[in-house]
Amino acid sequence: MVPLSWYLILSAILFCLGVFGFLLKRNIITIFMSIELMLNAVNLSFVAFANYWNSHPHKLASGADVVPLSGHVFVFFVMVVAAAEAAVGLAIIISVFRTRETLNVDQVNLLKL
Amino acid sequence: MIIHQVLFIVFGIICVAGAVNLLAQRHPINSALSLVVVMASLALIYLLLGAEFVAAIQIIVYAGAIMVLFVFVIMLLNAGEEERTRGSRIALLIGVPGVVVLAGTVGWLLVHSGGQLGSVSISSSNFGETHSIARLLFKDFLLPFEITSVLILIAIMGAVVLGKREG
Repeated sequence: MVPLSWYLILSAILFCLGVFGFLLKRNIITIFMSIELMLNAVNLSFVAFANYWNSHPHKLASGADVVPLSGHVFVFFVMVVAAAEAAVGLAIIISVFRTRETLNVDQVNLLKL
Repeated sequence: MIIHQVLFIVFGIICVAGAVNLLAQRHPINSALSLVVVMASLALIYLLLGAEFVAAIQIIVYAGAIMVLFVFVIMLLNAGEEERTRGSRIALLIGVPGVVVLAGTVGWLLVHSGGQLGSVSISSSNFGETHSIARLLFKDFLLPFEITSVLILIAIMGAVVLGKREG
């Protein structure tokens, strides 16, 4: 039996490390990886709460039952969106690199190519 | 169930160490490989939570597909070591203390009142199975699932258009 708060604390630590990476790293690919780290942290809390509601049945204020497995479905959707985001984001990085010849975000300060 | 706690602590420490290493490394390929470590240990934590399907797609989609894409782009662009230039001052002056305050508040709240939340355990065998997730995904979440396919189609077209060499 692991307290639910341990999972949430791990999730918060990972999320904050992701935010730190986003703010402090200067390489555009590493910044992108920090975003993936934040998405993973949120996924962890979704799965932890899904398990928690499975063992603690609960009703919403509207009277409907909480469906614990919907946490897993949300993780599925987050992964789909992350995959789409990675494909588009890396294509943008490639196109920025072609025109700027750099991956340093300090030198990419104009939207116009 | 002391073994459950021990496994959680071991994988949690590997996870946090991988994330810290991601920030500490200067070469993007090292950061990408530490992100793979984070994702693999998260998959093992999902198994501890009884989420077998999620653990499998975490390995296949995240550690497999997405990270291969990252490594491929790093190799393609021949990304070198990061130059440590001084970043934006606003990010340093407002962002970093903001993150510290956020982490402190969340950690304090969870440590202080986390006891009321109860605990999780390795649950009955049919929870988190592919069968029950598929039933939910293709019945209750059918419309979002179909909209997702449109999203992926748009992402494919966007990636092709952006990646196309001009001229």
